[in-house]
Amino acid sequence: MEAVKEFINAVSRPQIMFPMILAVFFFVFSPTDRLLAINKRLGLYKLWTKRGGIVLFLCLFLAFAFGLMDMNFAKIVTKPDNVPIVGLIFLIFFFVWFSMKQAWENDARIAAGGRPREAEDSKEKILVWPDLVYIEFIALILCTVLLIVWSILLKAPLEEAANPTVSPNPSKAPWYFLGLQEMLVYFDPWIAGVLFPTVIMIGMMAIPYLDTNKKGCGYYTFKDRKMAISIFMFYWLVLWFFLITVGTFLRGPNWNFFGPFEAWDIHKLEVLTNINLSELVYMVWLKQRLPENILLREMGGFAVVFLYFGAMPLVLAKTLFKKVYAALGPFRYAIFTILLLMSISLPIKMILRWLFNIKYIIAIPEFFFNI
Amino acid sequence: MGENSAGKNGFLDKLSRTQVAKAIFRTGIPRDRRQRMMIMLNNVFLHLHPVRLPKHAVRVKYTWCMGGLSFFVFLVLTVTGILLMFYYRPTVEYAYGDIMDLKEQVPLGIMREIHRWSAHLMVITVWLHMFRVFMTGSYKPPREFNWAVGVVLLVLTMLMSFTGYLLPWDQLAIWAITVGSNMAGATPMVGTSGPGSSLLALGDVNFITSSSDARFAMIGGRFIGEAALLRFYVLHCIGLPFIIMIFMIIHFWRIRKDGGISGPT
Repeated sequence: MEAVKEFINAVSRPQIMFPMILAVFFFVFSPTDRLLAINKRLGLYKLWTKRGGIVLFLCLFLAFAFGLMDMNFAKIVTKPDNVPIVGLIFLIFFFVWFSMKQAWENDARIAAGGRPREAEDSKEKILVWPDLVYIEFIALILCTVLLIVWSILLKAPLEEAANPTVSPNPSKAPWYFLGLQEMLVYFDPWIAGVLFPTVIMIGMMAIPYLDTNKKGCGYYTFKDRKMAISIFMFYWLVLWFFLITVGTFLRGPNWNFFGPFEAWDIHKLEVLTNINLSELVYMVWLKQRLPENILLREMGGFAVVFLYFGAMPLVLAKTLFKKVYAALGPFRYAIFTILLLMSISLPIKMILRWLFNIKYIIAIPEFFFNI
Repeated sequence: MGENSAGKNGFLDKLSRTQVAKAIFRTGIPRDRRQRMMIMLNNVFLHLHPVRLPKHAVRVKYTWCMGGLSFFVFLVLTVTGILLMFYYRPTVEYAYGDIMDLKEQVPLGIMREIHRWSAHLMVITVWLHMFRVFMTGSYKPPREFNWAVGVVLLVLTMLMSFTGYLLPWDQLAIWAITVGSNMAGATPMVGTSGPGSSLLALGDVNFITSSSDARFAMIGGRFIGEAALLRFYVLHCIGLPFIIMIFMIIHFWRIRKDGGISGPT
């Protein structure tokens, strides 16, 4: 028992868990034909069947049941404001499974020369009264019942009166912003708290103009829009939902990382061995002091960022994204790659931080300008 | 009239034939096809819907009901929110005590609970609605604009929830908002701790200081206090609901104008 818990604690450390998720993700939600072939050979698509769903949920339930027997886990999970996130975990698993199941079913029908399930009765018209109004009525009653039962069983939290002189440790934002707060580990506030939210909003609004694929409107499908779904799922499940879960359940005092069965020890010491790129270049590799001149000092960092945002789109257009470039044209392609590169910089920095202890690519604390 | 079957002479039928009922409802009990169509046209609330829909569109399997539930939960929040406003004064002196009173003095009171859990639920249903719309490819033409309106509504939902988080004025509230609002201070150029803020200066005089930056504008002070509480209260109860309603009107209107619910062609 204890050994199992120790093992889970060890595995859930971001150094191990995050690379694992990255490694598995694109085989489950394969963006290209080649990856999809591997997905089929491994039988991963069987996850999106009734049997796969049952297995998935049994695992999830057992994991929670097992977890709840542990005091530390139970304490975090049953905090009133964390209960919705537990619900959200189950809902997200369910709806991802539910939509992917319908998508694979439709893909099988289309592959067999048929039409998607939705097309079967989309020509048939029915009256909204009573057929839709009654469904809505039932949904509304169920929702009301849920809210009333939830409210009776679980009191809304109210802690001690606000006291500006006593700050709790950890101080956490509301749960739906914890993904952003988790980003603060990897980026400075002006990026994680201001730039990224703006970019996320703009990026989401831009989706219809960047996804020029005409297929896959009005029915669940995976094959017809692999790339779009894969990219979206990556943001939605890994960069948003996973980070929220980590921020809520696995971040304790001083925003240190704690395994699910680890007590939140306020004195836990994390060795701060993170260094900046400039320090790595000058002090570790060249074995000399950092130059006084800021531009000289951060030259390497600027070069990396310039290559990443300036040269990378051009290289990609000629290689990996040839088809994307042909489909989108120069203007949309530029916006697409800039948004993509910006968002990919988050997992890149996470990997750099967890595996190579690199903190900033460009570090100019003199002007609060760190990337 | 005498030929009516027994079922049509029930109490409800008699009631529906009175002048008052006719004046209010016009259509009567919707039994035949014509009446069922008329009721959708004659009722302002039902008129949000079209009269007829393709069959796939009413399947819960397809829509998950999440958009409709988001709207419903919004209405629940509005009603419970109005009730809570009767008992809550947004000042540092009274706020916490008023919430404490709600908790301690009201037997079986669950208004605050319903409001808080509904707020969480609305964030969840809105996210899931967005997820469904993505998975069915419903943002594709001609619905690009409505997707953008939806993104705005999603952000507004989270802002509503964020501003409401401060109002109980307990430790949970002010520190969560402190963490959130500190970000504003890091806005490039216009936040004191953001990059480039020191560039906005005339000689030795900085324009961007902790009492003139973006964070100050947001919370009306250097730290979360009286002004922040009032600001968040007004935004939470009037400001943001006003904006969110405008966008909801556009959202619902555009669903109809963009050809109704998405479906295979």
